[in-house]
Amino acid sequence: MAEIVVRNLRKDFGSFTAVQSSSFRVADGEFFMLLGPSGCGKTTTLRMIAGLELPTSGEVWIDGEEVGRRPASQRDIAFVFQMFALYPHMNVRRNISYPLVSQGMPRAQVAERVTEVARILGIEGLLDRPVGGLSGGDRQRVALARAIVRNPKCFLMDEPLGALDAEFRERMAEELRALHDRMGATTVYVTHDQLEAMQMGDKIVVMNHGVIEQFGPPQDIYDKPATLFVAGFIGSPPMNFLPFRARLAAGATAVTLHHQTVPVPALRVPFDGEAVLGVRPEHVRLSADAPLRARVLASEYLGTTQIVTLQTRDGIVKARLPAAQRVRADESVGLTFDPATITLFDAATGRALRSALNEGVLAHG
Amino acid sequence: MSGYSITEPSRRTKWLAGVLVAAYAVITLIPLLWIIATGFKSNTDAIAYPPKVVFTPTLEGYVNLFTVQNRATPAQLAENPPETWYDRIVADRGMVISGPSRFGERFINSVIIGFGSTFLSVLLGTLAAYAFSRYRVPLKDDLLFFILSTRMMPPIAVAIPIFLMFRWAGLSDTHAGMILLYTAVNLSLAVWLLKGFIDEIPREYEEAALIDGYTRFQAFVKIVLPQAATGIASTAIFCLIFAWNEYAFAVLLTSGTAQTAPPFIPTIIGVGGRDWPAVAAGATLFLVPVMVFTILLRRHLLRGITFGAVRK
Repeated sequence: MAEIVVRNLRKDFGSFTAVQSSSFRVADGEFFMLLGPSGCGKTTTLRMIAGLELPTSGEVWIDGEEVGRRPASQRDIAFVFQMFALYPHMNVRRNISYPLVSQGMPRAQVAERVTEVARILGIEGLLDRPVGGLSGGDRQRVALARAIVRNPKCFLMDEPLGALDAEFRERMAEELRALHDRMGATTVYVTHDQLEAMQMGDKIVVMNHGVIEQFGPPQDIYDKPATLFVAGFIGSPPMNFLPFRARLAAGATAVTLHHQTVPVPALRVPFDGEAVLGVRPEHVRLSADAPLRARVLASEYLGTTQIVTLQTRDGIVKARLPAAQRVRADESVGLTFDPATITLFDAATGRALRSALNEGVLAHG
Repeated sequence: MSGYSITEPSRRTKWLAGVLVAAYAVITLIPLLWIIATGFKSNTDAIAYPPKVVFTPTLEGYVNLFTVQNRATPAQLAENPPETWYDRIVADRGMVISGPSRFGERFINSVIIGFGSTFLSVLLGTLAAYAFSRYRVPLKDDLLFFILSTRMMPPIAVAIPIFLMFRWAGLSDTHAGMILLYTAVNLSLAVWLLKGFIDEIPREYEEAALIDGYTRFQAFVKIVLPQAATGIASTAIFCLIFAWNEYAFAVLLTSGTAQTAPPFIPTIIGVGGRDWPAVAAGATLFLVPVMVFTILLRRHLLRGITFGAVRK
């Protein structure tokens, strides 16, 4: 297994820039997520690592070798496609053995490896079936078997669960993660599903418009977003944004919204201009006498919690509250925010302001 | 009354469809059956009026097709009694076989030129279609349009320039010349047909093969070609049918060495009376290769090989 390093990777398609100067490092054995909305350049980045796309500039290092210009066949990697791409004219066994045949492995050894891998994935019974009649989950398992049979340096997966039904997706996500833990294989996984990314990844890179917005473990990405985009993209419902005009000194521990003081984590930089206060729905509390007032618009019941939509003078705020808490529509309520979790953003650049909360993350992000 | 269904045709519609299909089959097949039957008739049966549907079959037409004959006197016949069944058929009419006719040669020419040009058209067409489908070719749309535009007039419209070119290049009445000509005519059709088929093959298959350690060419041969088998088979059938049946250029550009069967068959009609059974026999034999080829490739014309391997 191997470490993957991407340096200043760039890809232009004519006048369109799909990826602008991406740099990140995937440690040996890490489950690494490339997350972003469609068209953000995550798949292009993955395809450049795989060698299916030539970078316009920049470097790709796999296991200490620069492979950016080498054909895919010489990179010793495995790729799992969203649409599986099982060879339709071969049965399951031949599909799985195909990468070994290309290496000229002796037949007996191929058969042994295929059986072993099929056992790991629980598809021994399917080996002689044509791939056409398989269910989505089984096709995915065959695609995975074809990927792991060769012991490649790393796995690259392009939305491998995207084509599965919801029920299968959950199960395959668990299987995938278990498989990864068992094999310790370096994996780069592309997804647009933030829940999938948080659930499975050791580290997440969030991309938007070909630019890396943030890079770090899921907890950091969720709790300490580096940009407005990350804060809005991650979380369901996403972070609440309250715009306000700010003049803050370094070390400030509170901001003023409509003459109401809201405590925030100690700011590390001075700021003067249009700012945005960001708070996650689960950090919003209702309290009858809080000075920040809001009107209840609606409530969505989700079993253990409910999402309450509130109209404030600065815009809509969503709060995640215990399902048992009684909330009536049109009721006037007071809001408090958990001060330690608030992130302030510069509205002009979209970047988070450094504070006691996020200084560790922003320093290397 | 039975219920109305949107997916299941009613009994009356089915019956009507059956009758229409049967009528169409009869209309198209009767002339064919008539030709095949005429090939086995005697000369008198062939021109009998009213036409004979029931007749005594004979191989006279086929023997006439393959041989050149001379009239023989009864004395000559008595001197050389017929030895084989075909000698006997000829002797019954007071003739002797003096040698083989040119039909066999011409038929082989047709096979060489027809299958040769089909092979070349499909080979070049597949490679070109793959390139157009997968690579960023400069001026791709213009090139494709140019290729198509060669089909916008009947090929015979350029007969005179081609005749002069062939004479200048020494290609007149050569196998190579005819193969080149038919390939040139068929290639545009082959490129367009095959491009459509290759476009439909998801790129992921080849990409998976590249990742699995195969070169681009290996991926093309082992993954794309089997997937394109349906398209290649139907393209080959179209190309063969054109090259096999082509008459005008064959008359114009060939006379001896490379003459194909279509311009030869009418010459069988002969000088001393019309030998319809021989012409019909020639036409019947001429049908066989294309029929066999189509039946062999028919399996590939049925779609569904790729079904289910990629989710759409």
